[in-house]
Amino acid sequence: MVYRGPYKVRVEEKDMPPIEHPNDAIVRVTLAAICGSDLHLYHGMMPDTRVGMTFGHEFIGVVEQVGPSVERLKPGDRVMVPFNIYCGSCYFCARGLFSNCHNVNPNATAVGGIYGYSHTCGGYDGGQAEFVRVPFADVGPGLIPDWMDDEDALLLTDALPTGYFGAQLGDIAEGDTVVVFGAGPVGLFAAKSAWLMGAGRVIVIDHLDYRLEKARTFAHAETYNFVEYDDIVVHLKKTTDYLGADVVIDAVGAEADGNFLQHVTAAKLKLQGGSPIALNWAIDSVRKGGTVSVVGAYGPLFSAVKFGDAMNKGLTLRMNQCPVKRQWPRLFDHIRNGYLKPSDIVTHRIPLEHIAEGYHIFSAKLDDCIKPLVVPNPA
Amino acid sequence: MDEIPTPYAASTGPALKESAGDLRSRIPGWGADLDPADRPSYPREQPGIETGARWDFPERQEERWPRERSVEHAFVTPVFGTSAPPKGASGAVRKFAYKYSEGRAAHWLLLIAGDRIDAWEHHLRSLATLRPDNPITETGVMSEFTRHGARSRFGRKRTDLSHQWMDPIIAGVPWALAAGGLVAAFRALRKRRTA
Repeated sequence: MVYRGPYKVRVEEKDMPPIEHPNDAIVRVTLAAICGSDLHLYHGMMPDTRVGMTFGHEFIGVVEQVGPSVERLKPGDRVMVPFNIYCGSCYFCARGLFSNCHNVNPNATAVGGIYGYSHTCGGYDGGQAEFVRVPFADVGPGLIPDWMDDEDALLLTDALPTGYFGAQLGDIAEGDTVVVFGAGPVGLFAAKSAWLMGAGRVIVIDHLDYRLEKARTFAHAETYNFVEYDDIVVHLKKTTDYLGADVVIDAVGAEADGNFLQHVTAAKLKLQGGSPIALNWAIDSVRKGGTVSVVGAYGPLFSAVKFGDAMNKGLTLRMNQCPVKRQWPRLFDHIRNGYLKPSDIVTHRIPLEHIAEGYHIFSAKLDDCIKPLVVPNPA
Repeated sequence: MDEIPTPYAASTGPALKESAGDLRSRIPGWGADLDPADRPSYPREQPGIETGARWDFPERQEERWPRERSVEHAFVTPVFGTSAPPKGASGAVRKFAYKYSEGRAAHWLLLIAGDRIDAWEHHLRSLATLRPDNPITETGVMSEFTRHGARSRFGRKRTDLSHQWMDPIIAGVPWALAAGGLVAAFRALRKRRTA
């Protein structure tokens, strides 16, 4: 697929991606996904999103070709590819901050490299395609274990690790009350993960009832639709005996709803890096001394965040793009043990040739869509 | 006197709704990562993780055109994406934007302006090809009819309906303005011929 401008994508024939670096691989994509953060690109919110770019940072596939220095992969290997592109050796990678690699994104120092996520994230084409260039093939990709389902492997490239990472950023202690804003894929996985870390109560907030239903059944969460309350922050205070939650996770990011002015200035007029409604609700509904974890994606421009309240309440604000591969060994264990079944959230499987419909369905939240997958060559 | 809510008096916190035992039996895996040592991102920075890198500094990828870069970088990074090189007016705006650091609003606002110009340039250019941009197929709007557009929206308390009406305007503005321009040009031409 290629981007053609805000709200427009189409399928085009492009040249086969070449090996550009000795440690590159070319991967034939067998399954990809559309991420909620792809919608920020699709809506034209992310600066330096160029017409002709191929999106897609969640994909798995088969190695087609490898560069001369690649040792760990060979053609024919089935691989899952983290959304982070990283060198494995820079100052940040050496400390495990794989999502903050300094050697892969000339366009910005504030963000690492991400497949198919604008030039602000390095200008790499992504995996909503038949073939994709995978830099640092010895570092990022991993072999898909034989026992693992393809859809589970796909969701391990971003959505599940990011939700799990969001719960970790909350520093959850046994019995903590955890509120998750957003019942999309990342929010569902964050809620599910909060239980693994010993939460005593997990509450999920959204405005889409079908997603809240999923939060109840998939993530065992208590749910509230913020549209039904005059002020969701006051409701959360009441339901926590006026204390506030110990931990709040923002799994919404740049296109949060719930305040018309904030949403329109950010998502439609692009005058903010993101609409910080969920983030401000998080700051207001967490208890004093509590922790706000941010895994929702925001753009690099400023946003109208309530830092005064965060400071006065003595909050800990923790956030980052998820270093995906660090999460894999533990998540593999959880999947094998039956604690997590990521593919339970998949609702749509769209052929690549119909990807424009896939984007519209996901963007407009049609057909109870939670997670759409993209199938390059359906059988 | 009514019971005093939690934050107003010394307290261990609100009473748990369920015991750890109840939670463990109800939720598969409850507490499996209770010990922070079992959490892979604890602590956040962990030196010495084996990554597969066999280099201190990676080999440099060939720069096939002058690669725009943040002025906060010492040099073009050894590896970079090669999608959509800058071209035309949008390319000029983008290159100019990279003269400003990431800390300056001018950098980001110019890049957003470049994005809008880029879309316009490509829409116009596509009109001269055998495959002009098609707002119907490229927006996927036909799925409104096959994927329950009305039923998905109405009677469901969705708060995003308050602004969704703007989306077709944002998506359709280039075509509306192009159509207006064509009509104006046609009228001007006709006026000149009849004068």
